[in-house]
Amino acid sequence: MRLAGFYLFAALVALLPVLFPTNYFVIVVGASAGLHVILAVGLNLLMGYAGQISLGHAAFFGMGAYASAILTTRFGWPSLLALAAGLLVAGVIAWLLARPILRLRGHYLAMATLGFGIIIHVILVQATQWTGGPDGLAGIPPLNLLGWSVEGDFQWYGVIMAAMLLAVWLSLNLVDSQFGRALRAVHGSEFAAQMMGIDIVRAKTQVFVVSALFAAFAGGLFAHQQAFVSPDSFNLIVSVELVTMVVLGGMASTFGAACGAIALTLLHQGLVVFEDYEMLVHGILLMAVMIFLPQGLFVGLSQGARRLWATVRQEF
Amino acid sequence: MKNLWKITLATMLLCASVNPAGAAEPIKIGSFLTVTGPASFLGDPELKTLQMVVEDINAKGGVKGRKLELVHYDTGGNAKDAVNFAKRLIKNDNVDLIIGGTTTGDTLAVIPDVEKEGVPFISLAGAVEIIEPVKKWVFKTPHTDRMAAAKIYGDLRKRGLTQVALITGDGGFDKSGREQLLKLAPQYGITIVADESYGNKDTDMTAQLTKIRAAGAQAIINFGLGQAPAIVTKNIKQLGIALPLYQSHGVASKTFIDLAGDAAEGARLPAAALVVAEQLPDADPQKPVLLAYKNKYEAKYGPVSTFGGHAYDGLMIAVAALQRAGGADKAKVRDEIEKTQGFIGTAGVFNMTPQDHMGLNLDAFKLVEIRNGSWKIVE
Repeated sequence: MRLAGFYLFAALVALLPVLFPTNYFVIVVGASAGLHVILAVGLNLLMGYAGQISLGHAAFFGMGAYASAILTTRFGWPSLLALAAGLLVAGVIAWLLARPILRLRGHYLAMATLGFGIIIHVILVQATQWTGGPDGLAGIPPLNLLGWSVEGDFQWYGVIMAAMLLAVWLSLNLVDSQFGRALRAVHGSEFAAQMMGIDIVRAKTQVFVVSALFAAFAGGLFAHQQAFVSPDSFNLIVSVELVTMVVLGGMASTFGAACGAIALTLLHQGLVVFEDYEMLVHGILLMAVMIFLPQGLFVGLSQGARRLWATVRQEF
Repeated sequence: MKNLWKITLATMLLCASVNPAGAAEPIKIGSFLTVTGPASFLGDPELKTLQMVVEDINAKGGVKGRKLELVHYDTGGNAKDAVNFAKRLIKNDNVDLIIGGTTTGDTLAVIPDVEKEGVPFISLAGAVEIIEPVKKWVFKTPHTDRMAAAKIYGDLRKRGLTQVALITGDGGFDKSGREQLLKLAPQYGITIVADESYGNKDTDMTAQLTKIRAAGAQAIINFGLGQAPAIVTKNIKQLGIALPLYQSHGVASKTFIDLAGDAAEGARLPAAALVVAEQLPDADPQKPVLLAYKNKYEAKYGPVSTFGGHAYDGLMIAVAALQRAGGADKAKVRDEIEKTQGFIGTAGVFNMTPQDHMGLNLDAFKLVEIRNGSWKIVE
């Protein structure tokens, strides 16, 4: 019962391509949304549950992507090994960074993570001999899963959705574990959490690393799916978009983050019809959601639905 | 009930047969450009040009009796969006060919999809990597950065200058230009004595220029786009450095002269003939094409830029290919684009071959000098 929502979500994800096997908005946009869900769900662990902000999360996304890109194109590593190496690099850097950076709070933490994101972006742009510089790195080979080479948008939809479901499942289980409860305690009051015997430094470090791993995992998949990476895909704007996804969907809710990621991806595709006014409409919609559903789309709407259900039951 | 079936079937057949009969279905031209964001000064004139020319062609009856329909998306300079929009053009909008890709990054990102799906694609981005090695479905119309480097070095040789200092930004255009400059230097007997870089958003480059002054260079080459080259130019004047300055074709617009002011006097750069259209001899076959495009664009939108010209070239090459192919069959159109010969565009005369998917030679660039706030051809 605890995972009922998850099974429903999984069924929907599996059913869509059966119904619309060639639909661009399902197959291509869906895969894009899937990657965003992995990123948002990972960031939500840090932001929503542990209450720590990161404005540099695109950096970990980029590390995963560039690790896969560089190791496969320049050193001929098998893609799975490169993906694992990307996870390792992002994990180690996150671990090293966590202690000094997570001592900071509020605005200071935002500034520090922002700076980190910018530094990584500058490295991606400047280290031309490795990263290909601002024009990016092309010719990344397809992902090879034990002999099966993932090619074409349909197969990629399957792989990314499987990865996304794994991420959502992991997140749902993590937040219901002792670890998840510790995070929520840290969010509530660090002092009180310490009194309860929670090692807050350890909890924060762990969640930062886990969150970075989610992002790097999405990055590795992204590099192979696009067969091309460039620093634009990992700049400050992307970091801000990720934060927006989490806040838009509803903090401290795995499905909230997923919902925010999907909504923002679809919004971007849907609003192109407004052409010159796209950004204007985009901004107005985001403001409207924040004003009328301050807890976020998913959390706000599901609470509303629950209240409505309760009234309906009382009336009849 | 039986009748109902028959009627349904008949209606369906009728609908199915009507469509191909109305053969005047439009030819769909897909486009993804950077109309917003830092590279919008490239993408904006490109889009306006495409819209203007498509409108014009349709007013004249279209291509082989079929109207052109432009489907456009704005990537904002984000390669990820470029990929998604290219897929959308191919799969959702079923376009017959694509003209777009304002930046090299956007173009390189979509190449895997375009090649896999087999859609003719004419890119509007600069870097030589786009067409080297040759990709079956990918063409481009702007001059390459390698040509710009060669043109600058050719002029340096003529003036007998061999010790050169480079100063470039951190954008894609700058970086790949720098790479070509470094690669071609030995071929022209040029020694690079300094190789400085700056961030494209920097507001002062005097530190780098002071280093260059100490390096004993005979000329300075600044390869960049946007405001930064104007700042470099001003800083050179402020520091009193009296060396000849070369800029790239990236600043071949009136904005650069306005931004750099007096300091730009005497700076040389390779530029497409569009900026000096009026100065060309009347016998030049390019002159009427350039003036026609320029006058039409300026009447509608204001000052013309070479970037819009690239879109014009791309679209006109595509239209000629559609005409020769007698329709929008993708493979045929691709073959016809590749056979483009003697096409006079704004960037020069295009002669494409299976080995060369751009088809411009060094003559396509004019070396111009800025004099009295305007361009002057120096050859």
